[in-house]
Amino acid sequence: MSAHLTRRSVLAGTGALVVSFPSVGRLLAQAPQGGASNLPGSLEKYPFLDSWVRIDADGGVTVFTGKAELGQGIKTALLQVAAEELDVPFAAVKLVTADTARTANEGFTAGSHSMQDSGVAIMHAAAQARAILIAEAARRLGVAADQIKTEAGVARAPDGRTLRYGELVSDQFLHVEAQPQSPLKDPKSFTIVGRPQQRIDIPAKVSGGEAYVQDLRLPGMVHARMVRPPSYGATLVSVDTAETEKMPGVVKVVRDGNFLAVVARREYQAIKAMRKLSAAAHWQEQARLPNQADVAQTILGLPARDVPNLDRRQPNVAAAKKLEATYTRPYQMHASIGPSCAVARRDGDQITVWTHTQGVFPDRDAIAGMLRVPKENVRCIHVEGSGCYGHNGADDAAGDAAVIAQAMPGTPVRVQWMREQEHAWEPYGPAMVSKVSAALDQAGTIVDWNYELWSNTHSMRPGGPGALLAAQSLAQPFPPPEPKPLPLPEGGGDRNAIPIYRLPSARVLYHFIPDMPLRISALRALGAYLNIFSIESFMDELAAAAGADPVEFRLRHLDDARAREVVSTAAERFGWSSFRRGAGRGRGFAFARYKNLAAYCALAAEVEVAPETGRARLVRAVAAVDSGQAVNPNGIANQTEGAILQSASWTLYESVTFDDTRITSVDWSTYPILRFDAVPDSIEVHVIDRPGQPFLGSGEAGQGPAAAAVANAVADATGHRFRDLPLTRRRIKQALGV
Amino acid sequence: MKLNVNGRDHDVDAEPDTPLLYVLRDHLELNGAKFGCGLGQCGACTVMVDDEAVFSCLAPILLLDGRRVTTVEGLGSADNPNPLQKAFIDEQAAQCGYCIAGMIMRAQALLKRNPSPSREEIRAALQPNLCRCGTHMRILRAVERAAGRRTAEVTGGAR
Repeated sequence: MSAHLTRRSVLAGTGALVVSFPSVGRLLAQAPQGGASNLPGSLEKYPFLDSWVRIDADGGVTVFTGKAELGQGIKTALLQVAAEELDVPFAAVKLVTADTARTANEGFTAGSHSMQDSGVAIMHAAAQARAILIAEAARRLGVAADQIKTEAGVARAPDGRTLRYGELVSDQFLHVEAQPQSPLKDPKSFTIVGRPQQRIDIPAKVSGGEAYVQDLRLPGMVHARMVRPPSYGATLVSVDTAETEKMPGVVKVVRDGNFLAVVARREYQAIKAMRKLSAAAHWQEQARLPNQADVAQTILGLPARDVPNLDRRQPNVAAAKKLEATYTRPYQMHASIGPSCAVARRDGDQITVWTHTQGVFPDRDAIAGMLRVPKENVRCIHVEGSGCYGHNGADDAAGDAAVIAQAMPGTPVRVQWMREQEHAWEPYGPAMVSKVSAALDQAGTIVDWNYELWSNTHSMRPGGPGALLAAQSLAQPFPPPEPKPLPLPEGGGDRNAIPIYRLPSARVLYHFIPDMPLRISALRALGAYLNIFSIESFMDELAAAAGADPVEFRLRHLDDARAREVVSTAAERFGWSSFRRGAGRGRGFAFARYKNLAAYCALAAEVEVAPETGRARLVRAVAAVDSGQAVNPNGIANQTEGAILQSASWTLYESVTFDDTRITSVDWSTYPILRFDAVPDSIEVHVIDRPGQPFLGSGEAGQGPAAAAVANAVADATGHRFRDLPLTRRRIKQALGV
Repeated sequence: MKLNVNGRDHDVDAEPDTPLLYVLRDHLELNGAKFGCGLGQCGACTVMVDDEAVFSCLAPILLLDGRRVTTVEGLGSADNPNPLQKAFIDEQAAQCGYCIAGMIMRAQALLKRNPSPSREEIRAALQPNLCRCGTHMRILRAVERAAGRRTAEVTGGAR
């Protein structure tokens, strides 16, 4: 797999053509080229076509992306786009994903951005490459370019003469800057884009193929385990390594300040050695965590910096009714099924790290900074891991592997975090509080809206070395970077804080909190999870106050035609108007356009609540999604189903627990998530395709609406409004007084 | 230690308390069984011992003398998947896929003892296994498909 792919092997054997990068002589040749502007997607930073598409003399097509497969199916969707615009068979295209030595720097694979950034760049680069192939074929065949047709990797003249793409290419053939306009195909002629495509990665995943970084086995590789501190800020007072070093298979104990790891030849030897070493380590801990039972009060009590999101308040609003409410979410985990893992190898002054990071370039920069070496000496190659859903322990494990590999030249080192390490040390989704008040007029229209939220930042991702746990723990440590609010329109804590509804008088204010009592960073949907939960719960409360149906009430305040269509579609397919409430059952609705600029998602949900236990279960969900041009509708459906189930799990069960010193939710019994007994009877996802419209990005669109739809359905089932996440059995039982 | 895995006998140079998972992954270089928790809480490491699904992260090899171990590699390959693996492909029942090999092995053990399980029986059987991506509906459908309870063509997309 990736380990065996070197730049040389990729470039070798291509005969006539060496065009993969602007300059082929240097490993890091694909630095951004200046001069271009207003080019679509990531072409703006990397305007040369051969940064994205390469065609070999044998006709092989390779597409390059700086984005990473995270289980969202991006490889397949990008290949569909490339094959469509190039007019080559889907199966004929190969894909190289995020690698600091070979692909464009497209930052993080995050924020449902891959199709807008990389998908758009590849679409345009492929279309322009096809135009260049056509022009060359026309020249050689002596006919006008508009007479040439392309199909299945062949250019054909009207008289039947053909030239294969491989025959048309020559050295530096695609080393040309992209033009602002591309001869894109008419979506009506699409045969690959917009049709369900089986994902290319699934056959290996169901059969034990080498699919993950965990499966990498480099020659001579050793196994490392970390001994992490028992709590945030703990310092290593002393550790006697002698007993550990005598254990079978142990190769080395690595200590640098509070960084402590053990390396062994066999994996289980490393685990046994880790246990021994852990028992021999003495730590000085600090009791500095807030009271978990009152996280919301803690959040509200921390110093805040105000970030005005919106202020168009109007004076003298004629209010007939006023409502207000407060909503909260706890710290929640990414909780990947596979704990983080990385492999690193030092060769002379070069370090290569195989990692499931979301951002190989920022991770590379952080690792180089931590090791105090030039960036050029570090290469990060993305290899899939377990799903991450944001910034989990991936980057930290990569940093750990780099530190250990630095101390063991020539030896590949595999670091695998243990379950309790992932649970205790991953950066969580931050706890948040929102307060909303609004006024209705006599007709039941919202005439005033006031929304405030309190939150940390939602990204402490690498870039600087201080983001890495390893860097923070070295004898010469790097301080964590200063937290910053992420700016709107995408936002961080304030993502989706501004409602999409028609609100003539409105204020939205983000109280950004720099202090971070727990380690936090980006969790799927960022602040949109609480903001949409709050807004969409409150819309139901307002609808009830207005005596209106929740769906009708939303439509009453929605102007955007595409928003209205997803709302109507979800309601109709669910059978909203004909719903009959069974005993202990309820229905709930919610809608949002993710970030107010990405995919539209509306959701109707049915829940059942068992009053004797307080247990709420999502029984049925019907979603409608508009992501613009759908590339792989099955992929969008899969992502949306997943978002609904994951969000239902967050919403019904999940909160990080801790005492005054330590994280106490350190496994699946102390941090329970959705299991099969609570899985719904059915989930339907209706993908509304918009051929030719921009890709909108759908990976996170379901998270907020699912939370609110479930909460609204629980309110409908029980008559009680739950504003604090999660909606646990205990909370429901208490409210019902049974 | 002698170990029979996927129909072949192996001489394994590992300490007897080593959990099967590490022997499969580290000594035999099989990828199917995954490390998830090491605690028997998530099922990512599930394999079959004789005809039963077990957590390979908890089963020391000293208990496996004379037993038959089957991993997902023993069912079929990417090019030649067994009916259950093929059903997972047909239903596109994976996102990150990290849990899927364990799901398949637990479902395979179910189908061995009950070739035509109901949805409730499938849910109950898969209860020990966690999926974080939220692929559960597709996993249920894949097992039903393998059991012959779903024959409709998979068209994907809106459904």
